[in-house]
Amino acid sequence: MAAALGLNGLIALFVSAILFSIGVIGVLLRRNAIIVFMCIELMLNAANLSLVAFARMHGIEGQIFVFFVMAVAAAEAAVGLAIIIAIFRHYEVVDLDRFRLLKW
Amino acid sequence: MIQDFLFQAFAASAILGAVIMVTRRNPVSAVIFLVGVFFATSGMFLMLDAHYIAAINVILYGGAIMVLFLFVLMLLNLGHADWRDLRGPVGGLIGGSISIAFLGVLTRLFVGGTDARPVVEIAGSALREAAAEQGVVGVVARPLFTEYTIVLEVTGVLLLVSIVGTILLARRERT
Repeated sequence: MAAALGLNGLIALFVSAILFSIGVIGVLLRRNAIIVFMCIELMLNAANLSLVAFARMHGIEGQIFVFFVMAVAAAEAAVGLAIIIAIFRHYEVVDLDRFRLLKW
Repeated sequence: MIQDFLFQAFAASAILGAVIMVTRRNPVSAVIFLVGVFFATSGMFLMLDAHYIAAINVILYGGAIMVLFLFVLMLLNLGHADWRDLRGPVGGLIGGSISIAFLGVLTRLFVGGTDARPVVEIAGSALREAAAEQGVVGVVARPLFTEYTIVLEVTGVLLLVSIVGTILLARRERT
């Protein structure tokens, strides 16, 4: 497997895992809702990176999946930012500690 | 050799940019470092034979989505948290060197024309041969419009739904 992937493919997989972990850490630790959103985008991009690395081994389908991931990410960013605007209009902050509607 | 070095440089700058992005206090500088991460991953996509994906990663992620984030930050007036993240000699040095590098690349393109020798030669793979045969866009577009047509249509519906949802959510309620 490593031979078909090549050194750069292996590096891409490692970088993908590290970027995803950084994104998870950001989502869990940061309180600013917009930065949490940006960490989600970072996680999607990390997943895209591993998909592209595997597309080199298994054919073009990985890149097509990346295309759909990007479309869903665009939709998700638009709706999520609209939710943040609506929340800001109500509470005047975007601090995630202040939103307890769905927590117990 | 130089390709491997470039690839590893892109990988290192992606990780470094992500760490800086997560630790910034000012959301505007976090956005800018995230754009840097997207540029670095685009370079990695390019060297993993995903040319079209690299292009739309810059245009869609680095361009459209990040501008949307910046737009919301400006709209909600949240960029004032800690300006030391953006200003100061280090930021000026990094920004100036990036600008000079871009100026050099653009000058090279204008002087040498677009048919200049490609900077990066990637080792041959099946994807690369397919791209040479059908074109960089064609190799992605052909299965997209033959095998995965229904998925493409559903994605269009998803985008329409997200447009309607965004307008509904962000609209000021009439009282």
